[in-house]
Formats: sequence, structure tokens, C-alpha cells
Amino acid sequence: MPPIVSIANLSKTYDTGYQALKQVNLDIHAGEILALLGPNGAGKTTLISIICGIVNASGGSVTVGGHDIVKDYRITRSLIGLVPQELTLGAFETVWHTLCFSRGLFGKKPDPRYLDQLLKDLSLSDKKHTLLMFLSGGMKRRVLIGKALAHQPTVLFLDEPTAGVDVELRKDMWALVRRLRESGVTIILTTHYIEEAEAIADRVGVIDHGELLVVDDKQALMHKLGKRQLTIELDSAQASLPAALTPWNLEMSTDGGRMTYTYDPLKANTGIDALLQAVRAAGLGIKDLQTKKTSLEEIFVNMVHQSK
Amino acid sequence: MNIYAIRVIYQQEMLRAWKTSAQSFASPVISTALYFVVFGSAIGSRIATVEGVSYGSFIVPGLMMLALLTQSIANASFGIFFPKFTGTIYEVLSAPISVAEILIGYVGAAATKSMIIGLIILGTAGFFVPLHIAHPLWMLLFLVLTCISFSLFGFIIGLWAKDFEKLQIIPMLVITPLVFLGGSFYSINMLPPAWQVVTLFNPVVYLISGFRWSFFEVADVSVELSLAIILVFLATCLTLVWWMFKTGYRLKQ
Ligand SMILES: Nc1ncnc2c1ncn2[C@@H]1O[C@H](COP(=O)(O)OP(=O)(O)O)[C@@H](O)[C@H]1O
Ligand SMILES: [Mg+2]
Repeated sequence: MPPIVSIANLSKTYDTGYQALKQVNLDIHAGEILALLGPNGAGKTTLISIICGIVNASGGSVTVGGHDIVKDYRITRSLIGLVPQELTLGAFETVWHTLCFSRGLFGKKPDPRYLDQLLKDLSLSDKKHTLLMFLSGGMKRRVLIGKALAHQPTVLFLDEPTAGVDVELRKDMWALVRRLRESGVTIILTTHYIEEAEAIADRVGVIDHGELLVVDDKQALMHKLGKRQLTIELDSAQASLPAALTPWNLEMSTDGGRMTYTYDPLKANTGIDALLQAVRAAGLGIKDLQTKKTSLEEIFVNMVHQSK
Repeated sequence: MNIYAIRVIYQQEMLRAWKTSAQSFASPVISTALYFVVFGSAIGSRIATVEGVSYGSFIVPGLMMLALLTQSIANASFGIFFPKFTGTIYEVLSAPISVAEILIGYVGAAATKSMIIGLIILGTAGFFVPLHIAHPLWMLLFLVLTCISFSLFGFIIGLWAKDFEKLQIIPMLVITPLVFLGGSFYSINMLPPAWQVVTLFNPVVYLISGFRWSFFEVADVSVELSLAIILVFLATCLTLVWWMFKTGYRLKQ
């Protein structure tokens, strides 16, 4: 299947001379949840804004559904819904009115039944006739999502949907995003929270300083770049590491009760077998063993670190 | 053509005026009534006629123009400045909508509002002075063209302005003086010859003159020239807006 969004050599230099995007290439598959992960100032909003028509690109091209975003802007824009990063919403109009406005703006004829259902899905039915200025931040965010979905787009961009949102609401948001994906909408969300990408994305793109460092399946990315850690809990605390164990570069916990070994799980010889034998040979008793994957966060920190 | 988009923008703008109708529609009526009391009655009682027209009637077209120009600019500039200011403009920019459609929605609504205001003022004036409109179709033509072109001009100001101060500065420092010095309340024949020449560089003179001609068949300049000037102004504004959207001027980086 051809990509629903295809970005080729996209670059952006702002009037200030700052290069916010450098030759970005990215294909987005229909029906997936793609997380664009990057620190503040990485260029996430710039990338989204170009695709949606809010910022002009300096070079390169983008197609949505096979159509060029400049030449065929009417087609591409009606395929896209955008939830902006800031809570940019009017004040003196009602929730219902702003939804109808969005739907009309994107060229769709009025459909009160669809919009009513949308309000229900967003748990906003009881706020239908409330003025926007009386809504809480979380509700405003949901109204913005409603506005973005009012014209039934096939691609939805969510720019930092959970920035500054508390944990409970964040989980609600993730559930909502998953439901949307199930309804067939392709979702691209930006975030600087690793847990977010880890929790809901199918694929993750890491972006920093205007460069897309890597895009891959979330699992594959963690597999490829992720190290594992083996923690050995000892019977009795040790004052220091036995000399025989130095080749493994172990980390000793401060109380001397645990040793941690970091290894690459993809290597044929992970070194674990030899390590355990050496531990036993050194006369240490093993109380417990534990292995864990490094999180996306650690991967990310590593990668951004290397790119500098 | 994205008809639905034009419709929702137009409706939204009209709704905004309706919600603030006291300010939108009542205040022009009140200020017009005051002008009649001050100029028409107090001063007019000492000026018998101007070019054969009673002074009270003579100032009606000028008063309407004053309101049309200021209201068109105020409505249209605010209509586009505000979403730019609050950031909600992102939605219009990301919508499948052309420049022409944006203009028809925003400028059309602003022009409609000032037309309504113009007609309300005309009606109000009817209570104070006898009114006779010699060429109603010409009157309407000037009314419509003025509302559209100055709403377009206001739209440009709204796009250009980066803050509220800039939004006010052109209407206050340029338009208001031009209207007052453009013969709203006098015929330019009443000025010393040198000033008559200077006045001809004021574009508003042509608007008021043409508009007044449609009422009383008295004019400072020929009506064709008036029409030509307003059409040139309209074309200039259209070109400018087109360029602004094309380049993304102050809208898109
Ligand atoms: N309008 C602008 N003019 C100049 N520089 C900008 C503009 N918008 C964003 N930038 C710069 O471009 C970089 C990327 O910004 P942005 O895309 O908003 O990043 P992110 O969304 O990843 O936080 C930042 O360094 C930012 O300062
Ligand atoms: Mg951002």
C-alpha cells in the first residue's frame, strides 16, 4: 500500500535564518500511530505545520493521499485534521458552534448527527451549548480534537496532545487515540514524553535539531538500540567487587548488595553464562536475578547525545 | 468552490456583530443624530443652503461616508486581526479554502455590516431633514463599492497589524482626517483656491463628491472620475491582498 503521507527532502529555514528542518524524509503508513519524539525546539511543530499548510516549506515536497500539498491543497487539506499544540480556541462561541464552523470551513455540508456523536465520543455532550471560555483545559483540548475531526479526516495530527496534562487525563487521551486508530484514522502525534511514544505508538520517529535521526517500528527500535540489564542480587553485601569480575564492567550498588551488568541481547555471546560462573567461582551467593530492557528514554538520550 | 466555508465564515462574522449589536448598530445611529443636532441645527441654521441644497440635507451623504469608511475598516480589520492575535487563524490557514473564498467570507461580512449601518443612518437622517435621492441606483452603487473597497482595505490593515495599537493607527491618523477634510461637511468650492487644489489629492473627496451627486446632482468633481477612483482603489486593495496571501505575508512563515 502506498504511504498516506510521504515527505521528501523537506527543509525549512525561517526568516530569522534558523534552519528548523534539514532534509527530512519520512513515509507514514495508512492506519498507523506514528509518534514523532523530540525535545523542545526539535522541529516537530514546524514539520506538522508545513504539511497542514500553516508554514511554507523552503525546500522538498510532501504528498498526502498521493496529492501534492501545494498544488492540490484542496484535496490534501480536506484529508487532514490538525490539533494544535496551544489551546487556541475562541471564547465567546459555544462548543456546538465552533464544531459546525470547523466542519463547514473544511467544505463539508452540515451533519448534526455526526457532530452529536462526536461530542458523545469526546464526553462533551453536556457541554454542547457552553461557551468555550468556561471550559477547563482538558475540555478545551477535547474540543480542539473535535474541531479537527469535524470534517471526518483520514489523517489526524496531534501536536503534543498531553503536554501539561496530568497522568489520569493522559491515559484517557491515549485511550481516545487508540479508539480513533481503530476507526481507521492515521495518527501522527508529537511528544517529548518517551512514555507516551512507548505507550501508544506503532512506530517512532526521533527528531532533533531539525533532523530525523531514526524512524522504526517501536519494538524494533527498542530491540535494535536497546540494551538489556541484568541485576544480580547477592546473599550478602560485599565491600568491593571481586577482581575476577572486572572484565564485565559491573556496577555495584552503594550498599554492596546488587551488581548490574549491561549487555547487548542481540550478540551471540551475551557474556551472562560466563559471568554467572565467575560469580559462583568467586564464592558469592546469588539470591535473585532480574533482567530488564532499557526504556525508549535511555535509547533516546543515547541517540541525541551521539548526534551532537 | 468551497461554499460551506464561505458560509460559515460569513455567518460567524455576522453573528459577532449581532451579539454586539448595541455597539455595532446603535452607536452609529446615536453619533449621526448628534452630528445632526450640532451641524445640522446649530450651525446649519446660520448657513442657508450649499449649492442650492439645505445644509442639513447637504451633509447627509458626507455623514454616511464617514460612517461607511470607519465602520468598514474597523469591522474588517478586527475580523481578521483577532483570530491572528489569538492564534485561531491556524484553522483558516489549514482549511481547503482559496484566497477568494476567505475574502468573500470576511470582507463580504464586513461590507454587509457597514451597508446596513449606512442604510440605518440614512433612515435616521430622514427624521431630521427631508431627503430626496436623485439617482438611487448610483447611490447604491457608490454605497456598495465603498463598503467593499474599504472593508478590503481594513482587511489589509488587520493582516498587517501586529498589535492593537497598529490596528488603530491608520484609521485614526489617516482615514478620519481625510474624511473630515474630504468635504463631508462642506463643498470644496467654499475653500480658498489654493486649498481646493490640495484637496484634490485627497481620494475621499472623490467618494463623497460622487455619492453626494447621486443624492442632489451637485458634485465637486465629475461622477465618472469618482467612480474611476473608487474602482482603482478597489483594484489596488485586491492586488495587495492577493500578494499578501501569495507570499504568506504576516500569516505564514
Ligand atoms: N516563526 C518562527 N520564526 C523563527 N524561528 C522559529 C519559528 N517557529 C519556530 N522557530 C524555531 O524553530 C525551531 C523548531 O521549532 P518547533 O518546530 O516549534 O519545535 P518543536 O515543536 O519540536 O518544539 C525552534 O528553534 C524554534 O525557535
Ligand atoms: Mg512544538
